[in-house]
Amino acid sequence: METQLVLEKWPGVISTIEIGAKKEEGGSRNSTVKIGGESTLPLLFKEGALPNKPKIAFEIWDTPAQDWQEGLLLAYGQEINNPFDWADKCVNEFNAELLYVKMQGAHPDFGNRAPDESAKFISKLLSRIKIPLIITGCGDNTQDNLILPAVSEAAKGQRCLIGSALQDNYKTLVASVLADGHSIIAESPIDINIAKQLNILISDMGLNLERIVIDPTIGALGYGLEYAYSIMERARLAALSGDKTLACPFICFVGQEAWRTKEAKVSLEQGIMWEAITASSLIQAGADLLIMRHPKAITKVINFIETLYQE
Amino acid sequence: MFIIGELINGMYPKIASAIKGHDKKTIQKYALDQISCGACALDINCGPATDNPLVDMRWLIETIQEVTDKPLCLDSSNPEVINEGLKAARNKTVINSTTADLEKLNILVPLAKEHKAQLIGITISTKGIPQNMEQRVELAAKIVTYCQENGFPIEDLYLDPILLPINVAQEQIKGILEVIREFKTISQPSPKIVIGLSNISQGTHAHSLINRTFLTMAVAYGLNSAILNPKDKELMDALITAELILNENIYCDSYLEAYRKK
Repeated sequence: METQLVLEKWPGVISTIEIGAKKEEGGSRNSTVKIGGESTLPLLFKEGALPNKPKIAFEIWDTPAQDWQEGLLLAYGQEINNPFDWADKCVNEFNAELLYVKMQGAHPDFGNRAPDESAKFISKLLSRIKIPLIITGCGDNTQDNLILPAVSEAAKGQRCLIGSALQDNYKTLVASVLADGHSIIAESPIDINIAKQLNILISDMGLNLERIVIDPTIGALGYGLEYAYSIMERARLAALSGDKTLACPFICFVGQEAWRTKEAKVSLEQGIMWEAITASSLIQAGADLLIMRHPKAITKVINFIETLYQE
Repeated sequence: MFIIGELINGMYPKIASAIKGHDKKTIQKYALDQISCGACALDINCGPATDNPLVDMRWLIETIQEVTDKPLCLDSSNPEVINEGLKAARNKTVINSTTADLEKLNILVPLAKEHKAQLIGITISTKGIPQNMEQRVELAAKIVTYCQENGFPIEDLYLDPILLPINVAQEQIKGILEVIREFKTISQPSPKIVIGLSNISQGTHAHSLINRTFLTMAVAYGLNSAILNPKDKELMDALITAELILNENIYCDSYLEAYRKK
């Protein structure tokens, strides 16, 4: 007798978010990227729609990278000392589809850059590169509340993904993102209850749930990966069962977590594997967007995605 | 929880006069109000006073369908009225209801099949309302077996154990809770369970409190659906909280609001 697959029919669907706007939509990107849209759990191709493959963004900073591993610096060469050259290299040499820029230069310990300088940086970056952009602040709430509105305005109409909104610091960013036509990253500390609450708070301010990407906060392999995995899985099950407040795509900041581990510091090869395995595990938990650092790790994960999505 | 709004019922004077005067606005307002408060479906009952239930049923359905595509629960003990409703309905439908009597089952089960309607079977027969658990289960099994033998999908069957007023049959209420769990073991897949909630508080002085206390208990026993007043906010809050406690939804500080955004 032929084996019958047990297929579940889910009432919910994850929202689809497009990052980047082309000329005809009021932006200046040459391409856009769509994430989300799943109507089943990851990789269950026979059960429901998985219209968009997981996407990877290269991470750059608005200032020369500090505290990055020797091996990472070598991968980018001289260009890592100039954010624009660094960005160019991601696009031209490594064929980046998406770029993530961390406004680290605004951090009090990394230059304390002023809002207008940050805005200028983004304007210049947007004219230099033509792929969609993901932008976050430096992680210092006070500084982020000053620079992110300026950055958001400088990127008005480009339909960026901007973060990060936190449960105790979201209003300024939500107002900017709403005014300038972007989508938002909602960050919660590996806590599904806070993730849900934050999405409600954001949508109460008038920003649609369909414009929120959840950053569940992840740990690298060996550093709480399975905890992040279970949170993502639980949120996804709730979303597919019809909970719209959790039906958002996930973004996972893989690079920064993987390269922080002592295992990644042992050898470059091991670091690349640590980053690639962390990312590929998260894809199976439902990650839609992965922020990564090493080009070789990125290539491995792209190959992994292509293999998974082969007909 | 599949919430069926109970308010479009001709036994309420406002609805009765709206039906009589063909006042569309009032009926449509009642429909939309209940939906905005959380109703998944609307019960439609012409009430006891009407002279022409066939015409009234059709008019009510056509009027409500102008403003919503939510399922409609055609509520009448007269199969002809239900048949007229099914003919008029574009929205999904639930037949409310058949008894366990063959003469009813013989008409309503084929009708439900023909119109792809769901069906509520009440555990009552010409012998009257059962007075204990065994009689209720016997009638429930009779309905389930009939459906199985006649190719009606059990997933589309709701059983109603008939909730009695607390001031009339206090000693039976606990048994009715237990029977909710019992009914589900009759078949695999199991039938769903529905109750007409307001019955329990009929003639009492604490409608809302009795309704919501019973409802939270019934939810814990596995109730799937209730015909109730969704405009009773405390009732809806209690229901949402009961489902939260049963881990049906993920907690967050604004869980009541989150549920209503669903």
